[in-house]
Amino acid sequence: MTTSGWNRIPRVEHAAHSAPAFRPDRLPDGPLLAHGMGRSYGDCCLNAGGHLLHTRGLDRFVEFDPATGILTTEAGVTLDELLELSVPRGWFPPVVPGTRFVTLGGAVANDVHGKNHHVAGSFGAHVKRLTLHRSDAGRVEVSPEHNPRWFAATIGGLGLTGLIETVTLQLVPVSSAWMSVWSERFHSLDDFWALDARARREWPYTVAWIDCLADGRRHPPGRGIYSAGRHAVTPPPRARFREPRRRVPVDPPFSLVNGPGLRAFNELYFHQPLRRSPHPAHHRGWLFPLDGIRDWNRIYGRRGFYQYQCVLPERTARDAVAELLRQIARSGQGSFLAVLKTFGRQSPAGMLSFPRPGTTLALDFPDRGAATHALFERLDRVVREAHGALYPAKDARMSGAMFRAGFPEWIEFAKLTDPQFSSSFWRRVTA
Amino acid sequence: MNPLNNVVIFGATSAIASAVARRLASSGARLFCVARNPERLESLLADLRVRGDDAAGERIRGLAADPADPATHADAWAAAREHLGEVDAALLAWGSLPDPAACHDSVEATEEALRINGTSAVALLTRIAPDFEAQGHGVIGAIGSVAGDRGRQSNYVYGTAKGMLATFLQGLRHRLAPAGVDVVTIKPGFVRTPMTEGFNRAGALWAEPDRVAGGILRALRRGHAVAYVPWFWRIIMLIIRNFPDWLFRHLRL
Repeated sequence: MTTSGWNRIPRVEHAAHSAPAFRPDRLPDGPLLAHGMGRSYGDCCLNAGGHLLHTRGLDRFVEFDPATGILTTEAGVTLDELLELSVPRGWFPPVVPGTRFVTLGGAVANDVHGKNHHVAGSFGAHVKRLTLHRSDAGRVEVSPEHNPRWFAATIGGLGLTGLIETVTLQLVPVSSAWMSVWSERFHSLDDFWALDARARREWPYTVAWIDCLADGRRHPPGRGIYSAGRHAVTPPPRARFREPRRRVPVDPPFSLVNGPGLRAFNELYFHQPLRRSPHPAHHRGWLFPLDGIRDWNRIYGRRGFYQYQCVLPERTARDAVAELLRQIARSGQGSFLAVLKTFGRQSPAGMLSFPRPGTTLALDFPDRGAATHALFERLDRVVREAHGALYPAKDARMSGAMFRAGFPEWIEFAKLTDPQFSSSFWRRVTA
Repeated sequence: MNPLNNVVIFGATSAIASAVARRLASSGARLFCVARNPERLESLLADLRVRGDDAAGERIRGLAADPADPATHADAWAAAREHLGEVDAALLAWGSLPDPAACHDSVEATEEALRINGTSAVALLTRIAPDFEAQGHGVIGAIGSVAGDRGRQSNYVYGTAKGMLATFLQGLRHRLAPAGVDVVTIKPGFVRTPMTEGFNRAGALWAEPDRVAGGILRALRRGHAVAYVPWFWRIIMLIIRNFPDWLFRHLRL
């Protein structure tokens, strides 16, 4: 049986699978890697030829203090399960990525970020404590106070520092499940930067969708929709929310994301009616729009797809984003999932954390073989020259040199990994 | 409809029973959980308390005892009654899939499997039935298996124990009906529990423990006699039970 991440590339065989229902007394022999929901896009959740430890059985809450909002859970609990528990009690995760179907262990290991990075930083910044199970040290508590080196290595550490068994997280108070949101069209990248500079001061959640097919011939490059939101103080009157329960039922033999359909989609999406004034939206629909469509990764067909997410430092971001969009538009590849977001200036929470001061651009690409890889090479050059980095959680193909340039602390990090833990990603980029 | 406000679960740390306990805790029920392993029980109780305990921490209690050992039953049942008062429902959910090959030539392994999955449950049912009868209401549910519906070469010892349990429950149902007590035989199909992780479980026959738990709670509330969860296993097992033997022998099910 093969296993793959959410993008279905690569698919690999493992020598063994196990799924502890409870925190294991001793770890099996390596090379080991924890695997939660498999929502990363590539091979950082895979361990070809090794032992994959499925963590979804570790799904118990351990302790919750409704007065302080400090929650301890086992690492296989998903954000979906956390939200179901905490929102009715008036608490919200401090940071959520674009899907709630990830485990907390995965959120720590990839130090995920969300639309509120410019105010809240990354997920790891809100982790108070972890229980780490190491082959060379047994079960250890790690936190900024105890074993701080292991703690800093484990935040964003891609699961390589041992098995994360429990996570203690500081939640933030909210007074309803609803948000107040607002969107506006922008017609060029200059518009985006101006809008962003203004909106990020006023709104805790911001993100922009960008039309990566607009190549400047028919449409100005860099047109898109800017969205911002905050938790609402009160739910709207007669508030009702039903999340759509759609599902992509089959694997089409080829990608449904292709040229003409995509152009039409982007055109319609860009021109969708937008309400100018802030209006209510349920947090599920607004923060997790794709979670309403189960198995959405199937639309790319059996071959799967790539995601390309980079971060560019502040001083190079403007030129580099423009150049990346030019390259993508010219190639005619790219997809409707193109997201632009400026990060805050917080220092990274972990040694290998991806979020850093600057701007991040994320795009999906159907796998068109050599043409797609050639485009990635061109994009890599732009990112390298701009002193940027690629996101390991979204990567299935970057070169070792690219990784090492983007994550210079990797040498120090490597000394803190668990000798029995490894991943396909790690072997690929450190080979 | 049977109320499910005061519930005791034996073998509460199994994936299916845990899912049932979670749903009950979230709905505000008083729970008493019995399981063999003290650490695992404690981690389950902590989880249930986060989900559903009151400020005083009174609703959720448990006892570490091996329900497969009938010697523990008297104390466990007494402790459950002390915590719950009237018992709306008792769920018997322990069991263990024996290694079929080990049973083929070992009397000990076979007897052990029969005790864990069959006679120990019969012993507990025998002990608690009079109290339900005297109380005059409530529901007793026990997790059987589709394996008990027809003996198959792959796991007939387990199937024998579960078949015995099903027949016993059938008789008990008959006996307790006049007292107003329901007895439910629960037969889960394929469930995505940690035990089966790493298998190819993408097919439509596989269900999440939480879905199975929902089916179990519905059956307990309504007092169904035999509940296949999910429901379509009733049809599958109807076919398997009625498959002609001369053809069945040629299958390696």
